[in-house]
Amino acid sequence: MFAFIVRRIIQAILVMLVIGLVGFVIQHQIGDPIRDLVGERVTPAEREVIRDQLGLNDPFYVQYFRFVKNACQGDLGLSFFYKKPALKVIVSKAPATIELVIVTALILIIISIPAGIYSAIYPKSWFSRIVMAASTIGVAIPVFLTAIALIYLFGVELNWLPSYGRGETVNIWGWESGFFTWDGLKHLILPSVSLSSIMLPLFIRLVRAEMMEVLETEYIKFAWAKGLHRERVWYIHAFKNTLLPVITVFGVQLGILFAFTILTETVFQWQGMGFMFLEAVERSDTSLLVAYLVVVGVIFVVVNTVVDIVYGFVNPMVRIAGTK
Amino acid sequence: MKSWNRFKNSYLLYSFKRDPVAILSFCVLSILVIISILAPVITPYNTYDSATFDIMDAETPPAWMEGGSKSFLLGTDIQGRDLLSTMIYGLRVSLLIGVGAVLFQALVGILVGLLSGYLGGKLDALLMRIADIQFSIPYLIVAIFTSAIFKLAFGVGRYAELAVPLLIIIIGMSEWPKYARTVRASVLGEKNKEYVEAARVIGISRWHIMYRHVLPNTLTPVLVISTIQVAEAVMSEAALSFLGLGMPITKPSLGSLIRAGFEYIFSGSWWITFFPGALLVIFILVILLLGDWLRDVLNPKLYKG
Amino acid sequence: MRHLLEVKDLEVKFALWFGELTAIDGISFTLDRGERLGIVGESGAGKSVTGFAIINLISKPGYISAGQILFEGQELNRLPEDEMRSIRGNRISMIFQDPMMTLNPVLTIGTQMIETVLAHENVSKSEAVDIALDKLKKVHIPSPEKRIHQYPHECSGGMRQRIVVAIALLTNPALIIADEPTTALDVTIQAEIMDLLLELCESEKMGLILITHDLGVVSQITEKVIVMYAGKIVESGATQSVVQDPKHPYTRGLLKAIPGIIPPGSRLYQIPGMMPNLTEIPQGCSFHPRCTISESICSTEVPALISKDQHHRMVACHMVK
Repeated sequence: MFAFIVRRIIQAILVMLVIGLVGFVIQHQIGDPIRDLVGERVTPAEREVIRDQLGLNDPFYVQYFRFVKNACQGDLGLSFFYKKPALKVIVSKAPATIELVIVTALILIIISIPAGIYSAIYPKSWFSRIVMAASTIGVAIPVFLTAIALIYLFGVELNWLPSYGRGETVNIWGWESGFFTWDGLKHLILPSVSLSSIMLPLFIRLVRAEMMEVLETEYIKFAWAKGLHRERVWYIHAFKNTLLPVITVFGVQLGILFAFTILTETVFQWQGMGFMFLEAVERSDTSLLVAYLVVVGVIFVVVNTVVDIVYGFVNPMVRIAGTK
Repeated sequence: MKSWNRFKNSYLLYSFKRDPVAILSFCVLSILVIISILAPVITPYNTYDSATFDIMDAETPPAWMEGGSKSFLLGTDIQGRDLLSTMIYGLRVSLLIGVGAVLFQALVGILVGLLSGYLGGKLDALLMRIADIQFSIPYLIVAIFTSAIFKLAFGVGRYAELAVPLLIIIIGMSEWPKYARTVRASVLGEKNKEYVEAARVIGISRWHIMYRHVLPNTLTPVLVISTIQVAEAVMSEAALSFLGLGMPITKPSLGSLIRAGFEYIFSGSWWITFFPGALLVIFILVILLLGDWLRDVLNPKLYKG
Repeated sequence: MRHLLEVKDLEVKFALWFGELTAIDGISFTLDRGERLGIVGESGAGKSVTGFAIINLISKPGYISAGQILFEGQELNRLPEDEMRSIRGNRISMIFQDPMMTLNPVLTIGTQMIETVLAHENVSKSEAVDIALDKLKKVHIPSPEKRIHQYPHECSGGMRQRIVVAIALLTNPALIIADEPTTALDVTIQAEIMDLLLELCESEKMGLILITHDLGVVSQITEKVIVMYAGKIVESGATQSVVQDPKHPYTRGLLKAIPGIIPPGSRLYQIPGMMPNLTEIPQGCSFHPRCTISESICSTEVPALISKDQHHRMVACHMVK
C-alpha cells in the first residue's frame, strides 16, 4: 500500500511540473510581467532595467525553476487588475465555487445513487423507464441552457428564487459562506440545480449499469441461495461492489464539475473562481489566468490522487497488489 | 472483403429499419444538415450582410404573437436580424466547427494511436503518458483554457476573424486522446493476428502493413466514437461561444446566439434564446441517439474480433 | 415414511422474445433423508436448472410452469417468497461451481458466514462467530480464527471451496445441492473436496444432490442417479446398477467416455454429435439423431420413462426391452 501511495504521489508531482511549465510559458510569452508590476507608462530603457532586475534575461530553465520555486511558496505573480497577489484573489473567490460544488455533489449523490439502484433493481418499472428516457435527453441539454431555463421559470416568470449573485454571506474565519443565511441558501438553489443537471444523467446511468452488472454475478446468486434478506443482498452485497467503480468515476467527474462551474457561474454571475477566470480573460490579466490554471491543476491532481488512494483502501484487491 | 462489406452494410440496414428512433434521428439530422449546407440559398435574409437588417426591427416577437411581423417568422434578434435565418447560419457554423474539430482530432488521434500501437516501445510510453495526463483533465477545461490563451495571444479582433479554424484546432486538440487510445487498443489487438504476421513474414514493409491492413480494421471503432464526438464538439463549441470565447456575434454560432439573447430574457424577449437553444438541443440529441444506435449495432463485432 | 424431497412432473420454461423454451420437460424423482443423488448430463441438459428450481431461484426469463416440489412436507414452488427465503441456505444449502466467483470479493469470509447464521437463527453475533469457526474446523481449515478476518482473494481455490462448503453447513441443512462443485478445481483438490462432502453427508446425515457431468464421481459418492438429456430423464436407478449395467444408449455412451475404464492405448469413446439446442429439440426421442441403435419409431414417438426391471430402474428408450 505504501509503495502504491508513493508511486501515485510521484506521478502527481510530474503532472504538476508539466502544468507549471505550460503556465510559465503562457505568463512569459503572452503576458507581460513588467506591466503587471509597474503599469504601462514606463520608457523602454526603464523596462530593460526592470527586465534585468526581474531576471527576465536569464536562461529559460533558470526562470522556470524560479517560477516553480515561487509557486511552491504560494507566489503566483501579481494580478494586473486587482493589484494584489494572484493567489490571494483566487483564494478570496474560492469559497463561492467550493460551496457551489459541495451542494451540487450532494444533490448528485442523493439523487443518483437511489435512482440508479432503484432502476437497476426494477428495470421495468415506469419510474425506471422515465428516468432512463429523461437521462437520454438530459445529456443533450447544455448546462447553460438548463440554467437559463431555470432562471426564466423561477426567476423571471414565477419570481420565486433569486437568479444572480450569492446573496447575503457570513464571514467565518475569512471564509465568505452562503450556508448560514436563508438568503444565501436561496441563492444557491438555482446554480447548484443547473450544475447538477449536467452530471445527473451520467451518474444515474453509471450507478444503474454497475449495479445491474453486479446483480448478475455468481456471488449475488450465492447470496440469494444463502437465504439472506433481499435488503442485505441489495444494499450490502451488491451495493458495496457497485461502489468501487462508481467512486473512481465520481472522483474524475468532480473535476469536470469544476469545468462546468465556469459556465454556471457566468450565467448566474456567481462571484467564484470561474467568473473571475472569464473576467481575467476579458481584462487580459495573464498572471491571474496562469494562477487559476495552476490552482485548478492542483485541485485536479489532488482529487485524482486521493480518489485513487481511497479506491485502494476500499478495494482489498488493490491493497494486496500494492504491498507486494 | 467485398462480400463481407456488403453483409455488414445489409446488417446495418436491417437493424436500422427495425429501430424507429434511429430512423427518426437520421431523418431529422439529414434535414438539418441539408438546411445548413443550403443556408445561403434558402434563408430569407443574408444575416452576414449588415445592409440587410435594420436595428429598428430589433426584438420583434415571432409572427404569431402580438407585435410580430409576417416577414420574420420566428421574430428578430437584438440587432434586428431575422432569427430564423440567423439560426440556420448559426447551425451551419456549429456543424462546420463540430465536423471540422472531429476530423482534426481524428487525424491527430489516429496518427498517434497508430504510431504508438504499432511501433510500441519508448515512443508508445511517451505518447500514451501525454494522452493520460491530458485525459485526466476534462476536455472542456482544456478547451476553455486554450481558447482563453489564444484569445489573449491573438487579440480580440484577430481572434474573431480566425474564430472558425481556431475553434476547430482548440476543440480538436482537447479531445484527441480519446481517438489515440481507441486506435492504439485496436492496433494492439490487430497487430498479433495471423494475417499481419504473415504479411510481415513475406517481407511487406511495416508502413504498408499499417496502412493497408491495420488501419482499415480500426475504422469501425473510429466511426462509432466519431458520431458521439461530433455531438461533444458541437456542445464544446456552444459552451465556448456562450462564454464569449468562441464565435463573435457578427458571425454567430448557436452558442453565441444564446449568449446574446440571454440578457434579454429578463425583459421578456424569450424567443431570442429559446429557438436557438431548442435547435441546439435537437441537433445534439439526434446525433447522440444515432451514435448510441451505431454503437449498439457495431460494438458486438468490435470485440468478437 | 415421507420422502425428504419429492419432485413431481417439474417443468421449467424460459420466456424469450421469440416464444417459450422448455428447459425441463416434466421430471420426477425423490430423495430420502441422508440419501445421496447424482444428476448427470452434458451441459445444457437442464441439471443446473433443476437445482435452482428446487430452491426457487431460476434466473429471470425462466420460471416453473408446472409440477410440484415437496420438501419436508411443504410445497416449495407455492411458498411465499419470505418463507422460501427462510428455507434457502437454512434447510437447503447450495454449493456453486466456481469458488472464485461465489464469494463476495469485498466482504470478509467471517462476514459472509455470520450473516448466513444471523439470517436464519436467533443467536447473538458472538454465537454466530462460534458456529462459523466450528464449521470451518469441520472442513479442515487450519487456523480458522485468522481466516475469518481475511478476504476471499487471500485464499486458494481449494480453500475457497472448503469455505463455501462450510457456509453450506452453517445451519445444519437437511439437503445440500452441489452444482458441479469441483469442475473449476485442480484434479487433486477435486478428490479432496469430494471426500469431504461424502464424509460430511455421512456424519451429519444430510441429503445430497450432486449435479455433475462426471459419471465417475457420481459412482463414487451417490446411491441413486438420474441421467438427463435435453430436459428429460432418460435413465434413473441405483447408482451401482446403472453404472454396471447401463441400459439407455446415452448412459452407455457417457460411461464409455470416462477415461480409465477402457484399456490404455485405445481411443477414448465420444458420443457422436452434439446435444441439441433447446430451440431445436428433435421430434420423438430427443437423442435419436445421435443414437447408434435408433429405429424409425424413435424419430416419431417420445419414449416414456418406464420401469424395465424390479430394482426401480427406469429407462426412456424404445429399444430397451
